[in-house]
Amino acid sequence: MVKTVVSVGLPVDEKLRIRKRTIEPEGSGGKGKRICIVTGTHGDELEGQYVCYELGRRLGEHMEHLRGTVDIYPALNPLGVDSITRGIPMFDLDMNRIFPGSEEGPVPEYVASRVMEDIRGADMCVDIHASNIFLREIPQVRMSEITAERLLPFAKKLNIDYVWVHGAATVLEATLAHSLNMIGVPTLVVEMGVGMRITLEYGNQLVDGIFCLMKEMGIWDGDVIEPKKPIISTDGQVGFVNANHSGIFIPHVDHWDSIHRGEVIGEILNPLEGRVEEVLHAPCDGMVFTLREYPIVNGGSLIARVLGGDYH
Amino acid sequence: MRKEIIYQLGNTYRDDLTVYGYYFGRGEKSACVVGAIRGNEVQQMYVCSQLVKTLKELEERGAFVSGNEVLVIPSVNHSSMNIGKRFWAVDNTDINRMFPGYDQGETTQRIAAGVFGVVQHYNYGIQFPSFYMQGDFIPHVRMMETGFQNPGLANLFGLPYVVIRKPKPVDTTTLNYNWQIWDTSAFSLYTNATDRIDEKSARQAVASVLRFLVRMGILRYTSHSGYIATVLHEEDLRNVKSDAAGICRRMVDPGQEVHRGEVLAEVIHPLEGQVVSRILSPAGGIIFFAHNQPLVMEGSIVFKIIKRLHE
Repeated sequence: MVKTVVSVGLPVDEKLRIRKRTIEPEGSGGKGKRICIVTGTHGDELEGQYVCYELGRRLGEHMEHLRGTVDIYPALNPLGVDSITRGIPMFDLDMNRIFPGSEEGPVPEYVASRVMEDIRGADMCVDIHASNIFLREIPQVRMSEITAERLLPFAKKLNIDYVWVHGAATVLEATLAHSLNMIGVPTLVVEMGVGMRITLEYGNQLVDGIFCLMKEMGIWDGDVIEPKKPIISTDGQVGFVNANHSGIFIPHVDHWDSIHRGEVIGEILNPLEGRVEEVLHAPCDGMVFTLREYPIVNGGSLIARVLGGDYH
Repeated sequence: MRKEIIYQLGNTYRDDLTVYGYYFGRGEKSACVVGAIRGNEVQQMYVCSQLVKTLKELEERGAFVSGNEVLVIPSVNHSSMNIGKRFWAVDNTDINRMFPGYDQGETTQRIAAGVFGVVQHYNYGIQFPSFYMQGDFIPHVRMMETGFQNPGLANLFGLPYVVIRKPKPVDTTTLNYNWQIWDTSAFSLYTNATDRIDEKSARQAVASVLRFLVRMGILRYTSHSGYIATVLHEEDLRNVKSDAAGICRRMVDPGQEVHRGEVLAEVIHPLEGQVVSRILSPAGGIIFFAHNQPLVMEGSIVFKIIKRLHE
């Protein structure tokens, strides 16, 4: 069943509608646990769109195994998804910096508060992101140190390759995931792929993982795969590679490659003057889990993140 | 006056971003004024340009009290201003959400770090920021309740209002917040325009900064005393929302006193022309903020009213 979570009138003959699809066993009356799959907070991140489709498709084929409720929210920022706009159109505002929102606040905060209310009480939420248009990410779950103890066991069921446990930052307290975790809804943030694209392989991998997670929670009793054992960031230090010159970045490694300290990650070229502006090297032995996808770079642009350690 | 490059970022496809600082006087780092950090903050840049012009004349007349240095940075992000973008030209990130910055980090973190390295350690920091809701404000000084704020000092600008609000998590990466955390008394001055020039409020803003510098013993100059500010807390402001979407016909302006039940605006059906809603004032008071766009969404905050305040 498709329901409208929140609706706001736009100036000319249209409404902004955030919609969700609720899938539950017929006649269950919403008994059992509830998992929410949310995505499309950033309008240029599309990897989650396929996950929503595929999850719904597989559930529909085997409803006999469903023991709880699955709420699928494909687009928290539907106008952004439609217009290839990362933020909320008209406000130029990052929707993932306004949670938990406010019933009495401006429209974006009101919308955020209605989304929070709709998810409140769920037993689990998976918030799917797709990096941005600049960087490609391996399928990973990110969580802050303060939530790691609670979330890590769930993350290990998601069939992802990597879990990045990062330091707490006050600014991240305005994210959907933090706000939900604070009201008792365990929320896993998935980052995978790259903006404006859909990587089917990653999408299918995550859908397999969502079924594993649902089985663990008692929402699904059908067959599932054995989930991958993810690398945990606390196993090694994360090294960052940033550009120091502007130009075009040409990678010399593949995403997810193992690499040795000092090895060339790529070059920044000057197309006008025909010269190499900068050669970028790996800061440590490890695995390239983030790699620049969009070629144009400024000084400071992130080129790669390398997780230190041996991951052959 | 000394004009110095305080930050430079190279570029392959267009001219480098060069951020200039204008220094007046010599001695203790007394006051720093920062204008446009976002590409649409044209009024903020204009105010600072007028301040640079005025301070230059005053310095030539010997009006600076010795032992004081004042720095004015009219624009940080003209790379975006020149192409009509609000945020950073390449990745659309907001420099005013990157402070205190990181000199080994991403582009806008580096710009923020480069600027913050120059603007910190001043006794007083004055920023001309903008608000993400499009509308007109009464000129005011805004302060965040960080525990370091000093409303008494904010009063010295002589603007009609001082507004104090609790910081949200997203505010912790703004220039104002970080100034305060690093021991600078910081003030955000809002005029009633952003992407257009409003001469009247620009003159008022320049005058308010000069008044502050005089009162802090930095400048010798005879200025009008301005207002004794009414100090408000954000929660003293009553939001008035539009219950309909369409074309907004505003009937009142910021600064105007209104009465409970008075029609503040009409919402017109965008295709058929009739009035579909009249937005009534829920309380008596003074209009602090007014929506200034021709279109309005349902649920938009179209006015903020200072409750129970009279002219």
